[in-house]
Amino acid sequence: MAVPILKQGSFLIASIQSALTDTDLVQLRDALVGQVGSYRSRGVIVDVTALDVLDSFASRTLRDLAHMVRLRGAETVIVGIQPEVAFTMVRLGLTLEGVATALDLEEGLFYLDQKLRSTQQEG
Amino acid sequence: MRISSDLDLVRAREQGRVLAGQLGFTQSDLTLVATAISELARNIVRYARRGEIVLRQAEDGGVPGIVIIARDEGPGIPDVNRAMEPGYSTAGGLGLGLPGVRRIMDKFEIVSEVNRGTVVTVTKWKR
Repeated sequence: MAVPILKQGSFLIASIQSALTDTDLVQLRDALVGQVGSYRSRGVIVDVTALDVLDSFASRTLRDLAHMVRLRGAETVIVGIQPEVAFTMVRLGLTLEGVATALDLEEGLFYLDQKLRSTQQEG
Repeated sequence: MRISSDLDLVRAREQGRVLAGQLGFTQSDLTLVATAISELARNIVRYARRGEIVLRQAEDGGVPGIVIIARDEGPGIPDVNRAMEPGYSTAGGLGLGLPGVRRIMDKFEIVSEVNRGTVVTVTKWKR
């Protein structure tokens, strides 16, 4: 099942609607990494609120996604990790190291706005 | 449940969640069970291409539990002790699969024979 990707201003928002297979997740990663270029996006939000499992493969794919997007010059923020999912991830030692996370879509947008603003000031 | 594709993996963890839910597991434990199934089923698809996941109810002194059996006739694991060390992996994975599953389950057993296959049996009791 393909994940719809919304373009909002200079951001891309991928809102996962249901459980994803490994293949779906890899497709999402590749689509976002590609679209950052075609839409010249500065930020990517991946909303995982609907995911009830984030196992080692999913964590690694999200981490890869964030790092690949960063190499393309944009920032990623993962939003909506559910409390039980966070609990399980910690027990498994899956930390999403080096990846920005936020509570929900609103906080994710706020994070990216702040991030972009600070980059512009630096430049 | 036959496991031979990543779609089977999603189905297997959903069934595990349903069974554990019927047994009255907490939301956190449902997620632990579903995640353990996901890791075990992925190992089947990745290393053995196909196999099966069997879910069973168990009981110990009135406490219900769920038993997950992941069975395949794949290549087997040459050094099981090493496979249980964090960071070990032969297919470029994170290597957190089996040690991680052991950490989140109450009981963990693995029997593996090279060229014969692997059976992993894990149990989670209701809290």
